[in-house]
Amino acid sequence: MSLLRIRNLSVDFATAGGAFRAVDGVDITVDEGDVLAIVGESGSGKSVSMLAMMGLLPWTATITADEMSFDGRDLRDLTAKQRRKVIGRDMSMIFQEPMSSLNPCFTVGFQIKEALKQHLDLSKAQRHQRAIELLDLVGIPDPERRLNAFSFQLSGGMSQRVMIAMALACKPRLLIADEPTTALDVTIQAQILDLLTDLQKETGMGLILITHDMGVVAETAQRVQVQYAGQKVEEQPVQTLFTEPHHPYTTALLAALPERATTKRLPTIPGVVPGQFDRPAGCLFSPRCQYADDTCRGVKPPVQGPELGLARCHYPLGAPVKETAR
Amino acid sequence: MLRYLLSKLWTFVPTFIGVTIISFAFIRVLPGDPIIVMAGERGVTPERYQELMHQFGFDQPIHVQFWNYLTGVLQGDLGTSYVTKKPVWDEFFALFPATLELSICAIIIAIALGIPAGVIAAVNRGKFFDRALMSTALIGYSMPIFWWALLLIIVFSGNLGWTPVSGRISLMFFFDNVTGFMLIDSLLSGQKGAFASAVHHLVLPSIVLATIPLAVIARQTRSAMLEVLSEDYIRTARAKGLSPLRVNGLHALRNAMIPVITVIGLSVGTLLAGAILTETIFSWPGIGKWMVDSIFRRDYPVVQGGLLLVAVAVMLVNLVVDLLYGLINPKIRKR
Repeated sequence: MSLLRIRNLSVDFATAGGAFRAVDGVDITVDEGDVLAIVGESGSGKSVSMLAMMGLLPWTATITADEMSFDGRDLRDLTAKQRRKVIGRDMSMIFQEPMSSLNPCFTVGFQIKEALKQHLDLSKAQRHQRAIELLDLVGIPDPERRLNAFSFQLSGGMSQRVMIAMALACKPRLLIADEPTTALDVTIQAQILDLLTDLQKETGMGLILITHDMGVVAETAQRVQVQYAGQKVEEQPVQTLFTEPHHPYTTALLAALPERATTKRLPTIPGVVPGQFDRPAGCLFSPRCQYADDTCRGVKPPVQGPELGLARCHYPLGAPVKETAR
Repeated sequence: MLRYLLSKLWTFVPTFIGVTIISFAFIRVLPGDPIIVMAGERGVTPERYQELMHQFGFDQPIHVQFWNYLTGVLQGDLGTSYVTKKPVWDEFFALFPATLELSICAIIIAIALGIPAGVIAAVNRGKFFDRALMSTALIGYSMPIFWWALLLIIVFSGNLGWTPVSGRISLMFFFDNVTGFMLIDSLLSGQKGAFASAVHHLVLPSIVLATIPLAVIARQTRSAMLEVLSEDYIRTARAKGLSPLRVNGLHALRNAMIPVITVIGLSVGTLLAGAILTETIFSWPGIGKWMVDSIFRRDYPVVQGGLLLVAVAVMLVNLVVDLLYGLINPKIRKR
């Protein structure tokens, strides 16, 4: 049984201009020990789908799903109180901006111990000990002294380590890292990613890595799920995704990698992700797709089989028969 | 923390000098001659006038007068009232506890109701409770205070007979003035019912005086909370599985407290400086009424000394506010 299984998750936001669908029929499956990367541009609904699962969206959001289960428990009909017993303990999350994700009014130690106090039955001394262990685990030197530090006394990398320590406090079975390295500089990015993958291997927890950086994906993930405008457009193991992408969007994303650029100017994907008022009738990527035809623009694309990376496309690349018929 | 305190204390010096100058100048720029006022309707002969001018030192150049005043202040001598012939210092401290007692009770009411109201409104932003609360706060803020006081007196003292109309305690009780605080003195006296009577007398004036600070605090708390609630660390706190009470009441509120403490400090300042209307309506023997009377009588030493002492009290409140900033937000303390 999968650790996390989400089927047909949709999230709508009530806005002044009517409902806006941020996540549109997304499926996510994560097993124990799995590392799944979710990639896509800004506004592709990566974070929102995870926040929906954690129950951290504002009340303007309406969440619907055919299935949303974690470790066999249906997350859909948990009360807020029951959900608070799961999040932060079995399922935890780290965020994009480590510096602003820590409360400036409380010490690092207080914030870590608070998570322990909330979920585990430990004495004060045990909590203190465990907090030191955790800071040590995430590679913070002189952990006992650091417990008394405030977030504004730490660098970005250190803050993210603290966030990881806090997320790991109750030994979660699933860790969601929402662009954990975006706000950090490049050398620190590599350190944090190494730390995350090491910790994942040690603990055997599931890891969902949300990112828009294909380089990060290649280094860390086992499986990749590409999202575009709130939809999952492709899912593949990491090796084959890089060698044999099936969705034109994935191809375009990979072509935009600086390492792969063959021309003097870096290739880009023209246009932007459709917003609330300019969603196309057919394939959502059709306005930006170099292969799009009238079918793409008028008819919603089907989801292809696993051999074609579950690509949501009328004409997936690398399809043996139909490719020639075009 | 000690260095923080000392650096704050240092800023007292220029403020103190400024206040002495302003309090000295303020009464002198007002039209009206204290000697003429003192003489009353019968008037005064030119010879007697000169004599009095000399006696009060008004014939000396203005900077000499200021110097005399300043040296007096620094030696703890604020002068003697022209009217009562009692030292300003004694008069002030006989009346100030009454004002202080009323102000403290009012600010406690304002904080105890205003902060929770603001938090609840912010958490339920845009919903019925938020709108109802903020409209009420706006009404409270813009209501004429004397009208509100009279309304309360008519309903609670007049119609219902629940509270007394004026004064600090029922005339049945008499005991020594130990601290000047009626609540404490009545307890110390050990007389049955004295404390209850003191509380009874405090209720209405405290509510009236608390109304505006309550509205200001509630609105400030709400807006500060709204800003803080969208911060990343609030999402972190919620992601930890903490209860809404802890997330809103601890993680968010502590960060939102800085602007709230500022308005609390300012409110206390205005309360101390004279709950004049409230004191007048409830015949509350505090410094507000005393100061107003002294201005009408051109009682220079009382106006000067009273202003100075009130200013010092406000400065002390501000010092406490500054210390609270550091206590609540470590970022300020560690800077």
